[in-house]
Amino acid sequence: MLKRKVAFVDLSKEKVVVEEIPKELRKKHLGGRGLNWYYIYNNVTPEVEPFDPENLLVIGTGFLTGLPCLGTGRTQISTKGPLTKGVGDANMGGAFGPELRYAGFDHLVIKGKAKEPVYLFVYNGEIEIRKASHLWGLDTYETQKALKEEIGDERVESMVIGKAGENKVYFANVMNNIKNAGGRGGTGAVMGSKNLKAIATRGTMDMHIHDVDKFIEYAMQMNQQVLSTKWAKTLSRLGTPLLYDVSYTTGFIGTMNWQYNTPGKEGEPLEAEYLQDYIVKHTACMGCSVHCRHRVKIERGEYAGLITEGPEYTMMGSFGTLVGCYDWDLVIKGNDECNRWGVDNLSLGAIISWAFELYQREILTEKDVGFKLEWGDKNAVLELARMIVEREEIGDLLANGFLEAAKKIGEDSLYYAIHVKGQPDLHTDERGIPSFALGIATSTRGADHLRSRPAIDLFQLPEEFLEKLIGYKIKSDFTAYETKGILVWWFELYFNIVDSLGVCKFQSTFNCPHCPQYDEYVPLLKYATGLDFTKEELIQIGERNYTMERLFNIINGLGKEHDYPPERFFKEPNKRGLPFMKGRKLDRDKYEKMLMEYYAQHGWDENGVPKEETLKKLGIEKPKPNFPEVE
Amino acid sequence: MKTFLIDPDKCTGCRDCEMVCSLYHEKVLNPARSRITVIRDPLNGIELPAVCMQCEDPVCVLVCPVNAIYVDENGAKVIDYSKCMGCRTCVITCPLGGALIDPVTGKTIKCDLCGGDPMCVKFCSTHAIEWVDVSVANQRIKRATLERYLEALRKGKG
Repeated sequence: MLKRKVAFVDLSKEKVVVEEIPKELRKKHLGGRGLNWYYIYNNVTPEVEPFDPENLLVIGTGFLTGLPCLGTGRTQISTKGPLTKGVGDANMGGAFGPELRYAGFDHLVIKGKAKEPVYLFVYNGEIEIRKASHLWGLDTYETQKALKEEIGDERVESMVIGKAGENKVYFANVMNNIKNAGGRGGTGAVMGSKNLKAIATRGTMDMHIHDVDKFIEYAMQMNQQVLSTKWAKTLSRLGTPLLYDVSYTTGFIGTMNWQYNTPGKEGEPLEAEYLQDYIVKHTACMGCSVHCRHRVKIERGEYAGLITEGPEYTMMGSFGTLVGCYDWDLVIKGNDECNRWGVDNLSLGAIISWAFELYQREILTEKDVGFKLEWGDKNAVLELARMIVEREEIGDLLANGFLEAAKKIGEDSLYYAIHVKGQPDLHTDERGIPSFALGIATSTRGADHLRSRPAIDLFQLPEEFLEKLIGYKIKSDFTAYETKGILVWWFELYFNIVDSLGVCKFQSTFNCPHCPQYDEYVPLLKYATGLDFTKEELIQIGERNYTMERLFNIINGLGKEHDYPPERFFKEPNKRGLPFMKGRKLDRDKYEKMLMEYYAQHGWDENGVPKEETLKKLGIEKPKPNFPEVE
Repeated sequence: MKTFLIDPDKCTGCRDCEMVCSLYHEKVLNPARSRITVIRDPLNGIELPAVCMQCEDPVCVLVCPVNAIYVDENGAKVIDYSKCMGCRTCVITCPLGGALIDPVTGKTIKCDLCGGDPMCVKFCSTHAIEWVDVSVANQRIKRATLERYLEALRKGKG
């Protein structure tokens, strides 16, 4: 696992430089997300705009990507993102990352802009820049099929963009296979801005494991530990839609653009069990024993005959509760369209539902849109989605995200935009759960649930157990603010390690306290790589990596004023839900205290800026460009 | 007597079997050197595991010009690499695609049952591949067939 390679690719100069990743960098950042941000932090200066050729697009496999345990099929894609103008970051499942490693590379650091559409072909230690004009305009499925055919190997794995990336929609994804999405960071748009249609890879090279016998035994033990949890058992049957039932019965699911916190009875048709009727088969990412995904088929109705994969929980908000539609057919159909376009369904849904509410409030009119935006009108949802991806008429404006669209529509409209740092929120309604609210607010890529969300907070676990897990006294009550700054801090570092190792979050302590974490990663790292880490060292790496992302945001103008959840969550109480959820909203003073507790825990000052002593302790220096220059 | 029982409907395409197979046999991670292969094509909705079924009258043993394939105590057809010259006759003649070419050594690789306790079976979380007694296999195959038959009958009555 050591002596692995990083390739620096300059698309403008059509040059590739390959270097070995030094062991010291592994000790400081591990790989994946951590190492990606080491390259960006050092090489992308604040004056570089997301779509400038000087911006970097970094593809990184986790330090443990490609192992037969813990769902390590993950790939991290990082860049300066168009939505927040700060950290643009995506973590993708599937099989691209492992294949890239078998082709001899762990990281690809890409800069410049190709003169015409190109794709990279990475094969057994070699990287070739190839013409891709004939692929431009194809959807993500067609592109991948064409690449397999053209290269002549059905085991080619590709990371591609679709229409959304080509059109530089600010929330465009990169995609692998049907539904593995590098979403949220606008990484697909940056890839499109570089005229890079795809990265295709195939490898038959050996990857070395330090202690094979011990590793095999431990990998099996890890898989069994995960599979023995109730979480994994349910996940492997229902996938992430399992989250819907508890969210809508309790009342923390954004409905009609967060005007309500649950659809109530009306939302019943979207219950996860009904998805069973569509499931043809369960499928998995590479190296995953849980298989949380479905292959589905629509048998009847308007979309009869459609076979696709997914959908995830995110889509049940985007084309479900957020727009007042409660129809699995639409969720599945919309999900398939989003995957073909290569667009983040989560951001897309939040922006569509925003437009719907602006229409309800007559801030947008039929004249502005071209048709009516009435809650529950599924054709209006699909049509507006298409217009955004195609950048047609008002879609062109909405494709640039809330912040830029609001400049034209009117700044008042931003109150109804549920976002942080310009990044649309998942359809969870966080106003009743302070730790969730802090998590979306401080997340380095803007409002997001995969950067720190302490989902186990909802379980109200015994405080003795939490203290053992987190190492600090944490309040069991999920409506409390006190100590939740520490809880969010802990999960930020932990998720950073998970992303830097390339482990799947669904096989981590995210939703299940019994899944493997630091104590299990230490021996796993030893057997796989031969490197000794202590738990404390791993936590410090998490702090170092996270602080570098924070610094990148700060030098790009994202400071304390951007660490707040949407204003609506402070002003409007929950209108529905169970008694303990109804009437709840965020308390500004308590939130402020929680934020201060969180900053202090990180070793940042009262403005959220990392203190000198913190940087010194973590060994973070000023950015030093190190992209090798070749003439 | 034991046999592999493979159910493609249960295969998720995770390829844990391929990874652990290459680790166990070659001491490296490299699915291209695995004895078991999953034909994995999610874009067309296909996951098909394929491995040597350990034939009773194996063609590979018969055609090998240097008699490099022997039968061990578990009934596995095993390659003696001191004899194998990598001529690929077994690869071409195997009707099940059970013999493959190692992309690193160029020699044939095929399933040797890991000494009687196949690693792929141990790592398969959905039991898409099992190593069971033939009487158990027969029963399960029969049952699955009859269930399909009854299902067809019910549909026919409609």
